[in-house]
Amino acid sequence: MNKLNILSPDKKNLYTYLYLGISLFSLSILIVFLNSFFSLDLTSFIPGTLSYFLPLIIGFIGLHLIRIEYSGIKFLDIINKNINTNKFNALLSLLIIFAIIKSLPPLLSWFIIDANFVGDSKDACSGSGACWAYIKTWFNRFMYGMYPNAEQWRINISFIALAFLGGVGFFASEKFKKYLTLYYVVVYPVIAFLFIFFFISGGPIFFDFSYGIIAAVISIIVGFYIPTKFKMYYFIIIPITIYILLKYVFFYEELIELGKIQAFEWVETGAWGGLSLTFIVSFFCLIFCFPVGLFLSLGRRSDLSIIKYISIGFIEFWRGVPLITVLFMSSVMFPMFLPEDMFIDKLVRVIIAISLFEAAYVAEVIRGGLQALPRGQYDAAKSLGMGYWKMHIFVILPQALKLVIPGIANTFLALVKDTPLIFVVGLLEIVGMLNLAKTNPEWLGFAMEGYVFASIVFFIICYAMSKYSYNLEQKYKTER
Amino acid sequence: MNFKKLLPQLLTLVVVILVFGFFSYNAQVNMENRGITFGYGFLSQESSFDVQFSLIEYDGSHSYFRAYLVGLLNTILVSVIGIIFATIIGVIVGIARLSNNYLIERTAAIYVEFFRNIPLLLQIFFWYFAALRALPLPEKAEPMFGVFFLTIKGFFVPAFVWNNLDIFIYSVIAAIIAIFFVRIYAKKKQENQGIQTPVLLISIGLLIILPLVSFLLGGVDASIQIPVIEQLSKTSFTYKGGLKLPPELISLALALSLYTATFIAECVRAGVQGVSKGQKEAAASIGLTPNQVLKLVVMPQALRIIIPPTTNQYLNLTKNSSLAAAIAYPDLVLVFAGTALMQTGRAIEIVSITMLTYLTLSITISIFMNWYNKKIAIKEK
Repeated sequence: MNKLNILSPDKKNLYTYLYLGISLFSLSILIVFLNSFFSLDLTSFIPGTLSYFLPLIIGFIGLHLIRIEYSGIKFLDIINKNINTNKFNALLSLLIIFAIIKSLPPLLSWFIIDANFVGDSKDACSGSGACWAYIKTWFNRFMYGMYPNAEQWRINISFIALAFLGGVGFFASEKFKKYLTLYYVVVYPVIAFLFIFFFISGGPIFFDFSYGIIAAVISIIVGFYIPTKFKMYYFIIIPITIYILLKYVFFYEELIELGKIQAFEWVETGAWGGLSLTFIVSFFCLIFCFPVGLFLSLGRRSDLSIIKYISIGFIEFWRGVPLITVLFMSSVMFPMFLPEDMFIDKLVRVIIAISLFEAAYVAEVIRGGLQALPRGQYDAAKSLGMGYWKMHIFVILPQALKLVIPGIANTFLALVKDTPLIFVVGLLEIVGMLNLAKTNPEWLGFAMEGYVFASIVFFIICYAMSKYSYNLEQKYKTER
Repeated sequence: MNFKKLLPQLLTLVVVILVFGFFSYNAQVNMENRGITFGYGFLSQESSFDVQFSLIEYDGSHSYFRAYLVGLLNTILVSVIGIIFATIIGVIVGIARLSNNYLIERTAAIYVEFFRNIPLLLQIFFWYFAALRALPLPEKAEPMFGVFFLTIKGFFVPAFVWNNLDIFIYSVIAAIIAIFFVRIYAKKKQENQGIQTPVLLISIGLLIILPLVSFLLGGVDASIQIPVIEQLSKTSFTYKGGLKLPPELISLALALSLYTATFIAECVRAGVQGVSKGQKEAAASIGLTPNQVLKLVVMPQALRIIIPPTTNQYLNLTKNSSLAAAIAYPDLVLVFAGTALMQTGRAIEIVSITMLTYLTLSITISIFMNWYNKKIAIKEK
């Protein structure tokens, strides 16, 4: 038998060190485990502070003993390589393991063991743990805000329909693939708006927007038979003409009467709330801020100096102020800028404000992508005789946007995380509803449960988004 | 002039002017109807409202301008605290993310993923309404180290009472200037003779010795005032003496630094990873010690990648500090755009001042950063 040198373990007495080290390490974990789960104190016979640090010392010696390079035992090598490379790492690993063991029991007991899951009043929650009955009772409100209970199916149906229509892109056959961009950029937002307006809000059947839709549909159908040469002018002039004709000539009297008919009960936007409002606001802001940001970024890189400086001023202004002041502006300052009889709905103002705000950030992200493209791409496109728009649509933007997927995803994530700020104008999405529920005299003292619940919800949404953007990034990654 | 280039510019200009004209015309009409005249004269009027927490002397008899200053200082205070802590946590977590220890790397990763995927406002609410509300009442608070009291009413810490504070400050400034000269001297010496001077040790020594001298010779004298519990009424207690950090400030600073630290950690990680392995190997192969490799080769290159996005995060933190309004921490938005606006009804003036303040703050910092960026950028030939 070789001489044992405790201070520098080597391969010669591998198994002696191994057994000794593993048993010391396990002992230290056992001590902490028993202490934290069963509040048994094995080390109480040792005085004072020493007993507090004993598991750490034992574990440290144990890890020191099994730190043998190239031992030939796979399991041991993995441990050594990953958590036990040197003394400092061993100490940190031990601390983290102990912290996990220590914090598990209180967390478990708060979340599950001592928590109350049933009941519909405060009295049901007597345990020391969380009161999930509170979340259960208020779940409806957290999801839908003050939206009348009987009408909530409208929100559900709209969301399911929109999710379904949004997923169409995955199932489209090759034949329709080329129209997908058009669909997502133009048609889908319009459908979404119609759903929100008619279904969730319960607006009147005919309003200005529907004339526009009819005009657009008619002109598109007729447009197929128009020679390409005139198409450009046709699509500008005809829809406007049809719109004016429809509104002021043909159906003027009838539609005023019709316009007062509502299919569903009107629910004002002040009553919307909860998670559904979070979705609505982020959805529309997402849709609006992207094109605005795109144009701003193009404007900032334009040769036309007036457009360039207006874009720079616009971007830098929005990027320089906090969102909360923008919302303040939209709620107290903006009404001053409108004619007395003109009224824009609170929700619409908020969506416009957030969209403009995020558009400035999107613009900067896209500018990064545009700048990253080599000059040769521009020159090549120009040498093929492409004009400004053709060059950007077919050559520059597809490459630039691909480069900035992570950046855009981050901006969109920031947007979703910014939606709770709309409490400033009095709209209560999920966090706002939590604060309202917290002050309900029958349910005082459950702030923690509410915030934990909302945190989990937001975490799931944002984490899923970031993972999705990562997948997208990998999918469109091309070697340059 | 090319007509094709001129037309879009003119059109844009006309649209912008029209929109602005429309807005300002309406604003004029609206203000006339309400009988308000546009102007900033109200800033010198008596404000007649109180602010709970202020760094400068302030009460209702002071002017609105003073209230603005109070709010601005509070914003700067919480931003500076947040920036300091966010940097410390962010750098530690960022380095931990690069650790070869699986447990450390995972812990850091979980922290980053968790804290940056939850809205900041929610985190502020969590700390303020849930976590800090679980703290004990002043009369039941256990002292930490005998002198700190963490209670539901705030964090009470001992305060320093200084005599001849100015001499102490001069000594610190003198020490900093001396360190500056030592560094120049050390650099020169190394360039001329190739001999290295232990700058760090000398700096620490100077920082300790000069203030110590000021204590011994300059008549500087500091005593510590420990907070003592005091009974206000039968059931209400508080601490007297010492310094009180209100819970609003604590929860705001906590949430801001924990949230921003996740972003800074990612910046640090990207920066260190951005230094190619060849650089480290090259440095090691010419005989630099690991510490020198880090200090002279890795850090200068990593900092060049780290600093621009990190400044951006500092700016974000400063702007995010405006969320203070949600938990009634008297920052610029709450004091000025909240209370003062409510009292005077001057929406346009107050909102524009508030926005301009933030705009000035961010533009100043970004101009400074651009200058710094240019200075440290690699000069390619």
